[in-house]
Amino acid sequence: MLLSVDHVTRYFYDQPVRAVVQSHRLTPSVFEGQKVLDWQVTVTDGLPGGAFRDGAGDRVQGWSVQGPLTEIEVRVTGRVETFDLAGVLRGHRESVSPLCYLDDTMPTRADTALVELARNAMGEEATLAAAHRLSDAVADAIRWTPGVTEACTTAAEALALGEGVCQDHAHALIAVARASGLPARYVSGYLMSGSEGATGDAAHAWAEIWIEGLGWVGFDPTNRCCPDDRYIRLGSGMDAQEAAPIRGVARGAGQESLDVSVAVQLAEQ
Amino acid sequence: MTGYFNEMYDGASVRPPYARLGDWVNAMPAELRQMKQAEAEALFRRIGITFAVYGEGGDPDRLIPFDMFPRVFTGAEWARLDRGVKQRARALNAFLVDVYGRGEIVRAGRIPARLVYQNDAYEKAVAGIVPPKGVYSHIVGIDLVRTGPDEFFVLEDNCRTPSGVSYMLENREIMMRMFPALFRENRIAPVENYPEILRRTLASVAPKKCNGEPTVVILTPGHFNSAYYEHSFLADLMGVELVEGQDLFVEGEFVWMRTTEGPRRVDVIYRRIDDAFIDPLCFRPDSMLGVPGLMDVYRSGGVSICSAPGAGVADDKAVYTYVPEMIRFYLGEEPILNNVPTWQCSKADDLKYVLEHLAELVVKEVHGSGGYGMLVGPKSTAAQVAAFRERLIADPGNYIAQPTLALSTTPTFVEEGIAPRHVDLRPYCLVGERVELVPGGLTRVALTEGSLVVNSSQGGGVKDTWVLAE
Repeated sequence: MLLSVDHVTRYFYDQPVRAVVQSHRLTPSVFEGQKVLDWQVTVTDGLPGGAFRDGAGDRVQGWSVQGPLTEIEVRVTGRVETFDLAGVLRGHRESVSPLCYLDDTMPTRADTALVELARNAMGEEATLAAAHRLSDAVADAIRWTPGVTEACTTAAEALALGEGVCQDHAHALIAVARASGLPARYVSGYLMSGSEGATGDAAHAWAEIWIEGLGWVGFDPTNRCCPDDRYIRLGSGMDAQEAAPIRGVARGAGQESLDVSVAVQLAEQ
Repeated sequence: MTGYFNEMYDGASVRPPYARLGDWVNAMPAELRQMKQAEAEALFRRIGITFAVYGEGGDPDRLIPFDMFPRVFTGAEWARLDRGVKQRARALNAFLVDVYGRGEIVRAGRIPARLVYQNDAYEKAVAGIVPPKGVYSHIVGIDLVRTGPDEFFVLEDNCRTPSGVSYMLENREIMMRMFPALFRENRIAPVENYPEILRRTLASVAPKKCNGEPTVVILTPGHFNSAYYEHSFLADLMGVELVEGQDLFVEGEFVWMRTTEGPRRVDVIYRRIDDAFIDPLCFRPDSMLGVPGLMDVYRSGGVSICSAPGAGVADDKAVYTYVPEMIRFYLGEEPILNNVPTWQCSKADDLKYVLEHLAELVVKEVHGSGGYGMLVGPKSTAAQVAAFRERLIADPGNYIAQPTLALSTTPTFVEEGIAPRHVDLRPYCLVGERVELVPGGLTRVALTEGSLVVNSSQGGGVKDTWVLAE
């Protein structure tokens, strides 16, 4: 599929701030499932820092903006040709050991309820089928409901609530996978959400689970599927915070507010 | 105190390195000694060096007792320590480059993968990064104990930001000021050039993007930190700026320092802040101590960080067991300095042995420091041993055990005169373009009679450490 992306994030400060520094994971991953045709990231009055590919294969780019300023805009536009690999992250170059993705973090810590959920779904062997069962179990246990959870909600809290969004689904799947001894990580990216049967925003998140022999395989409990050609993968991390497409801080006393719009569509050929 | 190696007395005779010190102490009347001791204390107070060594916590304003009786090594003894410490520092750095690269030592099955990659100190954020000159740990503090004339053991390695070197320098300074004659009578190798070698070492690992003379700074968490004195002391002696996170900022591809003449580019940061706090955009987002964006600049080669983030994976107590293996694997050499035999309580057989011999062993937390959370079996009551057993059984992977070592003693001034007290030693190896070690280090002494715990938080003191020129 040929997908076009237009992703605009506007930051507003109620008082002028002296400077803003950001770290971006806003470039599509390089693997057999996607091919970038054109891609551009702009930051209002921004000075690009050094760029590099990190050990997990993500393209990271630093930015700084000198103030005083009360508003900046980060705009991502581009076109990507995508292919359905049934979730398998084939041909992705990375050097981090999968074992690094067994440790829990605060939002992905498994409480007794998550451990119970994992045990019931997992079965005997750590196979691909077991990973599918974990993903389904999370989808069954947490109903997709926007607006009930927050950015800081943990997997355990979302499960207790029984509702959440893609971030909560991904955190919960990571928690049950790691509790079952499977390395798992958070993936941020885009989804052509207008498409038939697609749930969630165009700015989307899912999880990847390490399957011996196959490598990293994506699972999206929100849509009860593995990522296909409607998905664009940006970057990964232990949890949502680490995998965030934009991490940033402002120097100064101004309070920050945010406005995000994302459109992912079938591109004109 | 029989059964312990006394570094000064061999029976009734005095070992050669201490020959002149025997005369010195015999010629010193008790009143003079007390006067000198008071003078030393006043000097330390005036300097303001009151911090706890090695981040042990405790009262930051408490003076660590200084013992005037120096600890002495012959040139020949030191030559072996010098080779052994440098060998270890090289192997630890080779290990770090490897485990953040291809992980050959893991692939070869010489160290368990989980010990490396599931280690809390492993920073996957720097996987694939090779720092300038292939050095992760630029200041390696190796803690040594001695049990006989030729028997030395490495107790632990410190690859992050080992502290205490200011004591090495101040102890020497104060001894020279109080007893100038001693330094005329004995040929003592100098340690005063440590700050200059440190500065040269740091400058030698400047990033590729640096052109011209590198700008080096020391990054401190601030004056409330227990080792702040040491940070400012070293900055002074090296002639570099002492900065806090708020004095630095990232703009474009570089890190800059605010100065009265405008921003100045920084090339090398000797940081005395833990990994977790150095950049809220990469590690703990709530950290106010670090510099936002620093890790992106570091990882794209715009600045060097010493020690490099992630260096801690080489120095935890479970990885320690494998350092002799690292020396064989990377250097193709046999270790010059031995490890203390160590039982890994995470292994069922080892745990069984440890539980059966708890009263004879020293048991430590894998990530512990400062002599806290440890059990010295022979010095503990049955109730203490029983309580520790419970903790050990509850979380065996958190503990390692070692035999109780017969730490050597050196003569130490005590209330009644002079008595043997147990000591250890931390030399500070500097690794940059070259591997260097000043002849000396920090000797810690357990001032309580019979005590084997030299930590200042547990009543330890410090001594000047001499290496005699041959």
